[in-house]
Amino acid sequence: MSDLYTDGNALAGPLTEIFATDMSMAKGTCAHCGDRGMLAQMHVYDHAPGMVARCPNCQEVNMRLVRAPDRAWLDLRGVVALEIPLAAPTDQA
Amino acid sequence: MARAAVPRRLTGGRLLWRVATLTERRRETATASTLVFDVPDWPGHLPGQHVDIKLTAEDGYSTERSYSIANPQDGNRVELTVQAVHDGEVSPYLLEGMNVGDPIEIRGPIGGWFVWRDTDTDPVVLIGGGSGVVPLMAMVRARAEARSRVPFRLIYSVRTPADMLYADELRSRIRDDMGLDIAYAYTREAPPEWPGEVGRLKLATVATHGWPPDLQPACFVCGPTGFVEAVADILVAQGHEPRKVKTERFGPSGT
Repeated sequence: MSDLYTDGNALAGPLTEIFATDMSMAKGTCAHCGDRGMLAQMHVYDHAPGMVARCPNCQEVNMRLVRAPDRAWLDLRGVVALEIPLAAPTDQA
Repeated sequence: MARAAVPRRLTGGRLLWRVATLTERRRETATASTLVFDVPDWPGHLPGQHVDIKLTAEDGYSTERSYSIANPQDGNRVELTVQAVHDGEVSPYLLEGMNVGDPIEIRGPIGGWFVWRDTDTDPVVLIGGGSGVVPLMAMVRARAEARSRVPFRLIYSVRTPADMLYADELRSRIRDDMGLDIAYAYTREAPPEWPGEVGRLKLATVATHGWPPDLQPACFVCGPTGFVEAVADILVAQGHEPRKVKTERFGPSGT
């Protein structure tokens, strides 16, 4: 069963279509358990019609992303807030 | 000109699909090869980052996969080591169908968390399962290029000796890269006269060949999801702080 998910890194590529910066380092607070972590640490289930990111602590849904040819739906109700670093890591290197 | 301003604003600094060209393919094992791409306007990358690859069929159907970058930053050159996935949709094309000179769409670099910077000073333990060694190899290579003296320990778990990626290079790096230690673990079949056990990576192996937690090393773990879960649990049980354990998992799509 454990191989059914990957991690938030898998969501980082698709999210670059929507956000102006790499979201893998964005810190979120889980709306269900209050755990705070990075998007890269979320558990991502990508074999559904969309991608579902779950909290690694309580396994509740944090984010959902569904992509159609001409639009995307992004459901963020499982995260209280996202803290987004605005200098891309490659710019600092 | 006013119309042109909009796409420029949307594309400035964004991660975009770029058209890369395959320039070389090197066989690593019977089932894995390293593909070398030339990516025009590549912005550079850090070891540990990955790219998305997009294949589009003539009927418009397209599919994407993520692959870790195997080489340290080197101009427009991006190397990906691809392992054949049973019944895979993308890996057979990359390993057999694609020819040198063929184009492919690449998006990246992606990921700012599972990266090592040559300015980091903590000792490092890298634990890779199967092709999970690829981003760790980028770190090992970057360390050598930067002439970093940060002590590195690599624990590499493979099924059999024939499945080992970069076997020759790892052998010469043990000799040449001062401060790099490498330990192997075999899960199915070991080389003749292998003194260790054959089987899944255990706490004893991680404790012997990794770093003790009081050195507060940076831990990077990459591999199939089950492997990453097991190793991350071992590291935390050993006493490493969870925030020092960085993981990257391969999902069911077999990236």
